[in-house]
Amino acid sequence: MSILIDETKRVLIQGITGREGMSRAKLMMEYGTKVVAGCTPGKGGEEVLGVPVFDTVEEAVKESGGIDVSVIFVPAPIVKNAALEAIEAGVKLLVLVPDRVPIYDVLEISRKAKEYGAQFLGPNTLGVLSPGKGVLGMIGGRAKAAREWFKPGSVGVASRSGGMTSSLAYYLSKSGIGLSTIVHVGGDAVVGLPHPAIIKLFEQDPETRAVVMFGEIGTSQEEMVADLIQNREFTKPLIAYIGGRAAKKGTRFSHAGAIVEGNSGTWEGKVKRLREVGAHVVENFNDIPAETLELLGHF
Amino acid sequence: MLLKENGIPIPEGKAAHSPEEVQQIAAEMNQPVVIKAQAWTTSRLAKGLIQFAETPAEAFQKARELFGKSVNNFPVEVLLVEKRLKIEREFYGGVIINDAAKAPEIIFSSKGGSGIEEIALKYPDRVGRMKIDVVEGLKDYHARNLIRRTGIHGSEQGKLADMLVKLWKVARKYEARTAEINPMVITSEGQFLAADCRITVDDYAVFRHPELGIEIAREFDHPPTPLDKIAYAAEKNDFRGTFYFIQLEQGFKKGEGFIGFHGAGGGGSMMSMDAVQKRGFKIANFTDTSGNPPASKVYRAAKILLSQKNIDGYFGSGSGVASQEQVNSARGLVKAFREDKLGVPAVIRLGGNMEDEAVDILTRYTADLPVKVEGYKKDDPADFCAERLEALIAEHKTQQVRYPENGLTAGHLPADAKKPYEFKTLTGRVLFDHALCAECKNPVCVSACGPQILKLESGKPVLAISEAEAAKGKCTECLACELECYFHGNKGAYVELPVPGLEEYRTRVN
Repeated sequence: MSILIDETKRVLIQGITGREGMSRAKLMMEYGTKVVAGCTPGKGGEEVLGVPVFDTVEEAVKESGGIDVSVIFVPAPIVKNAALEAIEAGVKLLVLVPDRVPIYDVLEISRKAKEYGAQFLGPNTLGVLSPGKGVLGMIGGRAKAAREWFKPGSVGVASRSGGMTSSLAYYLSKSGIGLSTIVHVGGDAVVGLPHPAIIKLFEQDPETRAVVMFGEIGTSQEEMVADLIQNREFTKPLIAYIGGRAAKKGTRFSHAGAIVEGNSGTWEGKVKRLREVGAHVVENFNDIPAETLELLGHF
Repeated sequence: MLLKENGIPIPEGKAAHSPEEVQQIAAEMNQPVVIKAQAWTTSRLAKGLIQFAETPAEAFQKARELFGKSVNNFPVEVLLVEKRLKIEREFYGGVIINDAAKAPEIIFSSKGGSGIEEIALKYPDRVGRMKIDVVEGLKDYHARNLIRRTGIHGSEQGKLADMLVKLWKVARKYEARTAEINPMVITSEGQFLAADCRITVDDYAVFRHPELGIEIAREFDHPPTPLDKIAYAAEKNDFRGTFYFIQLEQGFKKGEGFIGFHGAGGGGSMMSMDAVQKRGFKIANFTDTSGNPPASKVYRAAKILLSQKNIDGYFGSGSGVASQEQVNSARGLVKAFREDKLGVPAVIRLGGNMEDEAVDILTRYTADLPVKVEGYKKDDPADFCAERLEALIAEHKTQQVRYPENGLTAGHLPADAKKPYEFKTLTGRVLFDHALCAECKNPVCVSACGPQILKLESGKPVLAISEAEAAKGKCTECLACELECYFHGNKGAYVELPVPGLEEYRTRVN
């Protein structure tokens, strides 16, 4: 099993006729994801890589025989519109790839998602990949690379940094550690499926034996993961790394989520809290594969 | 001002730019005043950036002291002079975004003073928090409920609730990540006022608020430098990938170990900066090009980074296993390095998608430069790359950098071309000198073109699509035509990608 994506999920790509949409459609399809429809208003009737393009999500859902996931590649200012359209059309999982989506737009998407019982990954996410099964978004960039880099297995990966998602997954695979699912939760302050939500999904996934989490300064995500461990809602081994130790207060280093304001979301606070509840916090990034191997040996 | 325009009363005040002006304003007010330094910081009272004066003469003195101060190395240039309030009671009101609840939240404290976190810990029953439905908004009765819970009775309730509802409206209207009034006050005359406030607008939403006149939408700990502004303008309307640039240090000298840093992706960049710092170097700037940027964006980033005088090296490194197409990064860097006559060693970690091609382009097409450029891949850790940079910088100190007179680029076709053929791209233009193309034996531009939009017409490259399509983005500005033509063709291709304000900036600082 895997979380969020597998070879059976029926996928729609909103913005499939654009530069990013088209090149990521290729990646997803070549990797094995079941892309059944695309949507670009005004371009209904066209085809991209053999996939039919519809004018509206409603039409795509009706004509393609059902959509499980929509992956959105449209410019940031219109992501809200695209997401609300998909949610109202009944799509239950959205992947919002674009960066720079205004925060109040994300709050509105979140409210609508709650109302309709839908979930969303991102915004500002590379997406999710389950080795050998499927990918949503752009992890790996190209199918050939994604196949070479990520090996199937039983360790889940969750990260707040896109680049680190791939590099963690690659270095783990290279050390012989196979992966169940790789998730980039997104770099923004408010994301649809933050670390604690992903960690809960990994808890329910029988195939996942342990989780490696790349956390960052800012937000309360890692603290909430610590709460889950404390409340026995997450019971598998957790290896965690927290980035941004040396970051200056009040200055952002790209990720909107990685900003320390006041005394919340600090590196020290997160590390302390995770250690208190028994998570295995690694301070040197390069040690993660070795420490994961060692920890897996104990379970 | 935002508060006043939206119906929240604030103390009477005026901005001043000199001690004389402060004295005059104080004289006009004819009562004790508060003088506040307008600076990019919090806790101004504790830092001595807020002063009180009884008389105009004292106001002059205090103003002179304040103008002499600097905050984070930036001098205080503007003071706000306000009538001093006779405060009866202080409160706190704030709107924040609760990331766990994915909702805005209003916070009210019936106890004033700075440091709301500490007040909440010490007096939990005096501080109330409430989530706001982002679509429905904060209703008057929500605000009254919240205020009532913190122990407030009587007529104050309604007035404070009104202020909170208005604060929410300001926060929502201007898309604030945080909006705080601290303190809200009742004066001895029974007036309700927002005595001080701080609003942080979501930088992703600034494009929707031209009325705010925000020049640069980034979270900085200093006012933006001229180069920060040039970088922001270069990125502003180009949604293909992202480019981020912050100058962290200025005014350093050659040999002091400052490195121009060019990351890719926030997480990997932070780690790569750590690697550079571990070798004793200092970071001059933070740059990040990610989200699969086109070559043109990486090129502009590199040009801006190289405009920092006196850096000792160029370090490019992200997570090491990037999903973005690294050939685009490689081409962007090569074009910038050649055009700007790179004068310092560069170590670039291009690991990830298409890394073999990327490192090949980077190293082969910079091999003739008189400085060393090394490229690395996903199995080379950032620490190792930082070590290489250290070695190259040490080696470089003993060498003289001399560039050939003729330069290392196709030149500047716009002026020189005998038979120019050109078309617009999303952010620049592509030029071919058909006089040179006519004699070209290897029209590699057509086969190298990333999006395959060129064709040969009587032996010369022309667009195979309409000019409008090329200008709308079908030309991805991959820079392959220019570089391949320079090395394998007849040096007749040039991609012009202006960076507004950069040349003027360089002339000014040099």
